[in-house]
Amino acid sequence: MTTEAIPAAVASRVPGQRSRGVARTIKYILLIGFALVVLLPAYVLFVTSFKGIGDATPTNAWKLPESWETAGWARAWEQLGPALGRTFAMVIPATIISSVLGSMNGFVLSKWRFPGADVVFTLILFGMFIPYQAVMVPLVQLMGNLGVPSGVPSLIVLHVVYGLPITTLIFRNYYAGVPVELIEAARVDGAGMLRTYASVILPISAPAFVVALMWQFTSAWNDYLFALFFSTSQNGPVTIALNFLASGQLQDYSASMAGALIASVPTLIIYILLGRYFVGGLMAGSVKG
Amino acid sequence: MSSTVPGAVKRPGRSQQPRRPRGRRPGGRGWVAPVLLILPTVIVIGVFVYGLIGSNIHTSLQDRHNIGPSQGFAGLDNYRDLFTDDDFIYSLRNLMLYTATFLVGTLSLGFLWAWLLERKARGESLFRAIYLFPMAVSFVASGVVWRWLLNNAEGDRASGLNRLFETLHLDFLQNPWWTNERWGILAIAVPAIWQLSGYVMALFLAGFRGIPEELREAARIDGASEWQLYRHVIFPQLSPVALSAIIIIGHMSLKVFDLIMAIAGQTNYTTQVPATQMWVEFTRGDYAKSAAIGTVLLLIVAILIVPYLVSTYRQERRR
Repeated sequence: MTTEAIPAAVASRVPGQRSRGVARTIKYILLIGFALVVLLPAYVLFVTSFKGIGDATPTNAWKLPESWETAGWARAWEQLGPALGRTFAMVIPATIISSVLGSMNGFVLSKWRFPGADVVFTLILFGMFIPYQAVMVPLVQLMGNLGVPSGVPSLIVLHVVYGLPITTLIFRNYYAGVPVELIEAARVDGAGMLRTYASVILPISAPAFVVALMWQFTSAWNDYLFALFFSTSQNGPVTIALNFLASGQLQDYSASMAGALIASVPTLIIYILLGRYFVGGLMAGSVKG
Repeated sequence: MSSTVPGAVKRPGRSQQPRRPRGRRPGGRGWVAPVLLILPTVIVIGVFVYGLIGSNIHTSLQDRHNIGPSQGFAGLDNYRDLFTDDDFIYSLRNLMLYTATFLVGTLSLGFLWAWLLERKARGESLFRAIYLFPMAVSFVASGVVWRWLLNNAEGDRASGLNRLFETLHLDFLQNPWWTNERWGILAIAVPAIWQLSGYVMALFLAGFRGIPEELREAARIDGASEWQLYRHVIFPQLSPVALSAIIIIGHMSLKVFDLIMAIAGQTNYTTQVPATQMWVEFTRGDYAKSAAIGTVLLLIVAILIVPYLVSTYRQERRR
């Protein structure tokens, strides 16, 4: 496929309407083709979730439902409903706390620095990359010793703690672009560190908050590893409930697929509404970083 | 620079003011306050990252293979056992195959998509949204549909992708997917590539947008061909982005767990990786072995990450 596109791109240099048109057509064929492939699993999820029990056979695999039935959705909702509530109760505080702390850390590491700030930042950043398997055995013990109950409370603590490196990174990179003059001006006015943070930095932090909140919300919502170690299907989040539903003995395809859609709705909505800011935030973070 | 920060622009004249000399901060207030502000994070990361890594290494050196307390110090025995265990070697091999495929797949698709969208394509935001959306979905949720798509039945009983291939008269593409003992792990890379190519595209797109138009113009005026333009201007400008993508995708790949649990389950041999083995040993109560696998995984990730962190740190210092 790509071999066709390369000569086309070269040809587009030639100032001829014709070859430019061909290149353009090939480009859109590729773009649409890839979009269809990417959407394929979404089609399967959607169509299968509305199939009746006898309809989900191999021969009908890719066909539309014979009759659109919502029984699968009802079965999925029954199983996932309580877990959805618990996931919200876990994700919202975890997201907000880690973003606020990340913002303060980012400020201190970029604009109100102290000796050794770069070393501290690098050491914090390392926490973002570690495989959690490398701390899991003692972590289970530590959380037990601290007396944090399994389920929502444990998961809030863990998502805050292990979310700190990435939120710190996001805010630090963002604040690195804030002109020093702003801080200096506040200092001249006699503002201390907290005043400067609250009245100068915080009001211009909205773009970084969007990225940090989105990132944290999505990763806490989608987490399965911590949930597996620190909750049960009785007190765990939606990923645990969904895997429980989908890996049952009798393969209830319509309920599983409906469940996968239900479990993805909150993060999908966030991406659809805020996706633009996310890409913008990536630019700020990765290119400057 | 200042115009990139919303709200920072409305202070005309400020920057013209004479700079106050540096080092003017009143002593004492200088660094005590910021240290206090960041102290909670430093303590928490110190305990939950570094303290626990230490504690995990300690556990991995013990003779502690059931729920009871340690039976004594075992030295490196647990590691020796791991590296003489065919199952673990097979897990490591799977992990390397998976990582290579995942990296090559996401980087090439991500770059291609960004390249196609780079010059103001019509409907760019729609395509971008479609390519990016799988990233919002959890591996557990996408695992539900991919387990169906990667169904290993062939012929009349075929479902999922195998059925699609048959319908399209592409029967030769039918394969047993993740149940194949040699290459099964590569089937797990397919959904992973589906999920993260859009992210890599967003990174590259950001990189493309960061290349000043004047650079391209200058190259064109110098008579550079399209290929030379890419070779000497675009690719060098994109290489930092490619590096971040490799680091991000690479470390995600080495931690692969959710997707395998959702598609193949924890006990499936053909898709075994260190992370799933670690979980299985943990549920068996073999804490020492579990901790040892975790440490090995950390070392593998560290080979990728530590040089990156050190070079980032050096760059920061130079600023």
